[in-house]
Amino acid sequence: MKNINVNFNLNGEDISIDCEPAKTLLDLIRDDLGLKGIKRGCEIGECGACTVIMNGEAVASCMVLAPQTEGANIITVEGLTSDDSLHPIQTAFIKKGAVQCGFCTPGMILSAKVLLDNNPAPTRKEIRIAIAGNVCRCTGYKQIVDAIEYAAELMK
Amino acid sequence: MPVATPKKVKKDSNIRVDAQRKVSGKAKFIEDVEYKNILHGATIRSPVTHGRIRGFKNRDEIKNMPGVKAVITADEIPGDNIVPFVKEDYPCLAEKEVKFYGQAVALVAAETPEEAKAAAETAELIIDEYPGIYDSIESMTPDAVYVGGDDNVHSYFKIRKGNIDEGFKGADVIVERVYNSGHQVHCYLENQGMIAEPIQNGAISVKGSMQCPFYVHNALVKVLGFKYSKVRVVQADTGGGFGGKEDMPSIVAAHAALLANKTGMPVSLIYDREEDFHTMSKRHPSRTRIKYGATTEGKLVACEAEYIVNGGAFCTLSPIVAWRGIIHITGPYEIENIKADSYAMATNTVPCGAFRGFGQPQVNFANEILIDELAEKLNMDPVELRKKNLLKPGSKTATNQVVGSSCGMAETLDKTLDKIKFKEHKGNDKGPVKKGMGISTVFYGVGLGAEGKYFAKAGAQVHIKEDGTVFVAIGNVEMGQGAETVFNRICADTLGCSYDMVEILEPDTTRVPDSGPTVASRATLVGGNAVKDAALKVRDSLFKAAAQKMGVKPFDIKIKDGKYISDEGEIDYVDVVDLAYLSRERVAAQGWYKVENVSFDEKTGLGDAYPVYSYSTNACEVEVDTETGVVKVNRLVAAHDVGKTIHPPSAEGQIQGGAAQAIGYALYENLVLEEGKIVNPSLSGYTIPTTMDLCDVEPILVESAYDEGPFGAKGLGEPPMVGPAAAILNAIHDATGIWFRKIPCLPEDIVKELNKDINKEPKELK
Repeated sequence: MKNINVNFNLNGEDISIDCEPAKTLLDLIRDDLGLKGIKRGCEIGECGACTVIMNGEAVASCMVLAPQTEGANIITVEGLTSDDSLHPIQTAFIKKGAVQCGFCTPGMILSAKVLLDNNPAPTRKEIRIAIAGNVCRCTGYKQIVDAIEYAAELMK
Repeated sequence: MPVATPKKVKKDSNIRVDAQRKVSGKAKFIEDVEYKNILHGATIRSPVTHGRIRGFKNRDEIKNMPGVKAVITADEIPGDNIVPFVKEDYPCLAEKEVKFYGQAVALVAAETPEEAKAAAETAELIIDEYPGIYDSIESMTPDAVYVGGDDNVHSYFKIRKGNIDEGFKGADVIVERVYNSGHQVHCYLENQGMIAEPIQNGAISVKGSMQCPFYVHNALVKVLGFKYSKVRVVQADTGGGFGGKEDMPSIVAAHAALLANKTGMPVSLIYDREEDFHTMSKRHPSRTRIKYGATTEGKLVACEAEYIVNGGAFCTLSPIVAWRGIIHITGPYEIENIKADSYAMATNTVPCGAFRGFGQPQVNFANEILIDELAEKLNMDPVELRKKNLLKPGSKTATNQVVGSSCGMAETLDKTLDKIKFKEHKGNDKGPVKKGMGISTVFYGVGLGAEGKYFAKAGAQVHIKEDGTVFVAIGNVEMGQGAETVFNRICADTLGCSYDMVEILEPDTTRVPDSGPTVASRATLVGGNAVKDAALKVRDSLFKAAAQKMGVKPFDIKIKDGKYISDEGEIDYVDVVDLAYLSRERVAAQGWYKVENVSFDEKTGLGDAYPVYSYSTNACEVEVDTETGVVKVNRLVAAHDVGKTIHPPSAEGQIQGGAAQAIGYALYENLVLEEGKIVNPSLSGYTIPTTMDLCDVEPILVESAYDEGPFGAKGLGEPPMVGPAAAILNAIHDATGIWFRKIPCLPEDIVKELNKDINKEPKELK
């Protein structure tokens, strides 16, 4: 199949790239653009490990095809801050023991960011709803919810 | 080893050493490791559950497909066609016979993952299909199709203690029930994956997601026919294991290594979710029959039990799973007369292996419901019945092991009941939603025990650099549970340096001797003691250097707040290191620890099965919607006696996460097999709990120090998974009046039972 050209903004940088039209955003970011922070967990939109922020919404990048990204604004875990410093959500995850194996963590943090961008003081229930699409097998979620609650405080 | 007094919480003590790289997306899981010119592997698998392989119809066609560099079948394996586990029955690639759906038959390597996958999917095997057997009970029948083991028995253990007939004669009340449990899938978020690479001098290096680098090393030696020194195994960041990456990575690594060996190039073999579901190990489905005999006063006098697990097509770790099951099957109670048997049966289903709890969640679910059923029959409070029989220091376990002084059993029970306000609860009578409470108690043998004592050892190396920073090489792995942090704390607290000075190196089989697997809640106890042993040896050098400077004897020195102190003065840790370097003292040392004094007599089933036990109590409140059958766990209190806690946030993380898996096990996780083939191999077909399915677990840490443990610690990884299922089903009984004896206990099961009752004779629900 003939390659197409797609243009989008990734972590503040304009990208123009040729790729197969059926390529997923997950593969595009990981394999072609070399950002490995998003993870391949199921490739059918069930686990949330590949979550990115696209035009302000948390999406499973394995369910987005390259042409759909035309003109989009995309943020991955690598783009949370412009330098090597940590975003308050990352700090909160570290401080509250919300990290175990770490495979779900980048996606979880991005879902949390979308929540906190839209709702700076969420209830625990609202936090649970916001990350319901991000599966974690290690933590039982309690310390993740604690972390997001704490991040909201840090970001006040 | 002396037990340290509890230390002051240091400022940074809550932070895990691996958290920073994981929140920033910089952790390198195996698929994140970049190689130039790497090939991609794929596996050609059996499309049937049982059959004879007649041939490979289109091998030449596959070989000539775009990008394909190699095709490998069993006849090309340079070493033995065996992946060594407990027994040597599992071929690396099936040669003549396939025994389960998805068993590996051949391998391909190609330039891209898509080309490798296309080649594997195009492969056509010629197989004569045989009838299969899928159920463990059916597998026991005399005319059953032969699958494996000894008459389809992978392993058998028994316990005979006291006199079972006399025991039951002395009982006033006897209850006997059968309990069934299904498969449970690990669902680690990161699927299995390995990269194998030919390195200098004809050696092969393998890196990947794993719990047991030394198992992988052994497997590669066997399959490649290499010397031990020609293999190197390194663990990458591992995205969850839970037992699923104990033995299975040996297969993935062996396959990747065969392809790398043949092509002379690095080869990546990464599974997708569906492939992982079909072919990697699971928690054993079980049928457990238990019979308790008790006096009217509630004293347990006899227990007869039979534990049958479905081991699947090959033996893998089934014997040790069945063994842990039988050791714990009578419950955390002192009972004089015991007869117990456990069988791991062969069937044409995916081989079952290690999964957090390792055969114990199944039996605990059974005995802890039965004890409640017995209490009902005795018209006695289930808490009171437990209290009359629970193990305490000096009691004897089922195997006649005397319980040591580190036993917080009673304390976990009291604290749990107090926190959940067990006595005050009352069911909600109005409406279709009924509330109930339930409890369960657990004892858990820490480590591998007598059946795994060959592996009950660990090594470590501690190496202090010129500026006082420290490298620690370990043989036990971080897979999410917090081992890196625990080893960091043990090393830093022993040397008296700050936590940020200690670097834990990635486990590498060329750095430390075989340290056994990272399973069975053993990393803290065994690996931690090895780190401590090494750190103590290096500390001797520091004591010597500091003593020389201060003009005192080395044993006159104490460490406090990062300083080496004697009556003659004090020196900062960093300066002591400087002195040690100046006087050319030894600044690196190997540590070693082995577990002593475990035993098991196969004829009687008696002995000191484990070095020590961890104890826990779970209590929960559930809500059962009697119209839909949906159960919601509102509260779960879990008290764990873990010895001394080394890193409290990680300890809580183990309790929260283990309980979450147990709630899934009890209520949601339903793997469906039809004619031996998994029909729901995905995270939407097989549902694990999301945030919306769980409550915040309320953990309680009971600290009953264990003298042999590093800083008094025992082990905590597995116990949180063991107890909650029974507590939940006991709570469902409390809410509905019905005993459910199968897990997962699904809404349809509950509705069916409730309606059965209503259809027969209208029965007032509690």
